[in-house]
Amino acid sequence: MTATVRNLVPPAPPAPALRGPSLRDRLKGPAVFTFVAVLALVAAPLLLEPFRLNLLAKYLCYAIVALGIGLAWGQGGMLTLGQGVFFGLGGYAMGMYLKLNDAGGDLPDFMVWSGVEKLPALWAPFANPVFAVVFAVAGPVLLALLLGALVFRQRVRGAYFAILTQALAAATVILLVGQQGLTGGTNGLTNFFELFGQDLAADETQRGLYLVVAAVLGVLYLLARQLVRSRFGRLLVAIRDGEDRVRFLGYNPATVKTVTFAVSAGMAGLAGALFVPVVGIISPALLGVVPSLELVVAVAVGGRFSLAGAVLGAVLMGYARTSFSEEFADGWLYLQGALFILVISLAPKGLFGLLAAARNLIAARTQSRSRTMDGDMAGGADGPLVEAPEARA
Amino acid sequence: MSEALLEVRDLSVVFDGFRALDGVDLTVERGELRFLIGPNGAGKTTLIDVITGLTRPAGGSVRFEGRDLAGRKEHEIVRMGVGRTFQTSVVFEELTVLENLDLAASFRRPLWSLARRRRGVSDAVAAAMETTQLHALADRPAGVLSHGQRQWLEIGMLIAQGPRLLLLDEPVAGMSGEERQHTGELLTEIAKEHTVIVIEHDMEFLRRYASQVTVLHEGKVLVEGSVDEVRADPRVQEVYLGRTDDTFDPAVAGKTTASAGGGRMAGGPDAGTAIGEGVVAGPGAAGTGTMSGTAAGPVAGSAAAGEVK
Repeated sequence: MTATVRNLVPPAPPAPALRGPSLRDRLKGPAVFTFVAVLALVAAPLLLEPFRLNLLAKYLCYAIVALGIGLAWGQGGMLTLGQGVFFGLGGYAMGMYLKLNDAGGDLPDFMVWSGVEKLPALWAPFANPVFAVVFAVAGPVLLALLLGALVFRQRVRGAYFAILTQALAAATVILLVGQQGLTGGTNGLTNFFELFGQDLAADETQRGLYLVVAAVLGVLYLLARQLVRSRFGRLLVAIRDGEDRVRFLGYNPATVKTVTFAVSAGMAGLAGALFVPVVGIISPALLGVVPSLELVVAVAVGGRFSLAGAVLGAVLMGYARTSFSEEFADGWLYLQGALFILVISLAPKGLFGLLAAARNLIAARTQSRSRTMDGDMAGGADGPLVEAPEARA
Repeated sequence: MSEALLEVRDLSVVFDGFRALDGVDLTVERGELRFLIGPNGAGKTTLIDVITGLTRPAGGSVRFEGRDLAGRKEHEIVRMGVGRTFQTSVVFEELTVLENLDLAASFRRPLWSLARRRRGVSDAVAAAMETTQLHALADRPAGVLSHGQRQWLEIGMLIAQGPRLLLLDEPVAGMSGEERQHTGELLTEIAKEHTVIVIEHDMEFLRRYASQVTVLHEGKVLVEGSVDEVRADPRVQEVYLGRTDDTFDPAVAGKTTASAGGGRMAGGPDAGTAIGEGVVAGPGAAGTGTMSGTAAGPVAGSAAAGEVK
């Protein structure tokens, strides 16, 4: 019976699916990762002066948020314009602990200035560092789960989801600014002195913090990459490209999206908690609409379809911002906008996409030179360019 | 008496006052290969949409293995064992053929277990690849597949899920003659082990591969029976007026509604639109189509629903 059906495609070579990727391809990823890890964990602390290292730690905090955006937006198609909210939740949790720790049983300084006489009940648990750190991750995760369950089940997506998250960021800022006595208002929480008994101003502490941030980013990157390459990751891409079709495969897209959104929120929360001791402040200006958007722009510039691209984008844009602002104070916004427009219109896959395209082009050249007679073996009408695998992770 | 696999009773669907389905009864036994035909706007796809949870019915019931499907979500119905394809095939272009199949086959795994990477190829996926003969394309992104290959991949994804009922919405639409033949053979192969409902416009395809046929017209079941019975039925011929095909003798059709002669289509190569327009033209010319003006509802081709008494 299947004899005639067999003619559908040319005789099959040994099923390529069972062969798996070549050894070289399998080792390339880990090799690059190790190289970058050595660069970040060994070379950077040795070579960079404390001020620059501290800046790099800040960029890496943003990179952790970007990683989450890459997961939610690049892989899952959820354009989240409100990651600052989760970042801020983590940041404030850590900031509250630091404030209480510095105050040593008294009221934090800004509360005294605002005329608050008794420590608000909301603050009390944050005197415990473990609670603060756990909350920095669990808070954003729970908020995202709640939001996702409400929003994704109602099949809100696309621009509507983006607007909703942006509105959430705007509302959060208004809430924070309005509660002067509770949150420090516009100034936010700042003037931290000590973390776990270490002087925050000391170079040693800052170097240690940098190493922690870099290590956390590395671990989260590996976890995210694992997730992307798993069935869950494939499902996420499927949902991004055809949510309705996925429903007819028997999956509930709302669950998958909610979980992914929560993971990205948890990352942002952890990044916020790390950001506060590194930079020394958390305020509404650091988590509102603009910073949330800037991170999305950074991910787009780096390449949203690959996690490495998202990380790269955040670090590069952070670096570019600092160096550009040092030269021309007000020019950065324009440059950032121009970059965004350029990327969206000319290279939708970002810098990483350009890199991958260049690599594929070179590979295709050398390949066609080495075997011109073989032609296209898989039977499709497309040329060798399609054969080059899509750059992933 | 063992109950039928699928029992549709007195089903009606209303879109903005337009009755897309009007008291449809349909019983499909286990192991059947049932063809669902009818002119454009007859309600074929709407019927499948209701069965799969995409459209909510205004009345009536759909029971699958004795369980009522009312109010269940799409993915829940799939989990009960009802799989479908769409007129325009939707495969995940960024994923490889293998990944598409694997994703389809993994739908019963708990979510947390999906976080692990795929190792090797599961039996269900291997079997689906065997049936659809997509081996050689396993590692290609589905985006590079031809139209025919996409349809086969979709059917493969369905099989990999081990459904108890397959609903195929015009699987050979837009296919070349050779592709149609392969699809027909694939269909015959699948029907050996599955219960299948196929929506099809193509008469030639129907004649070659169908046994049991249900004809829908204007949201109602017109005729049900074997291919020969259905082909011989004058009402079916009337509905398919305008098609100069040896299957349906235009002379016979002309006799049954003589007044419609003026509006007859020349029997163009596109059976789909030709049939639909032919029906509209019929009642219009006959002066009985008082409904056809108001019935231009949201469904494409719904104008064909002008009441023909």
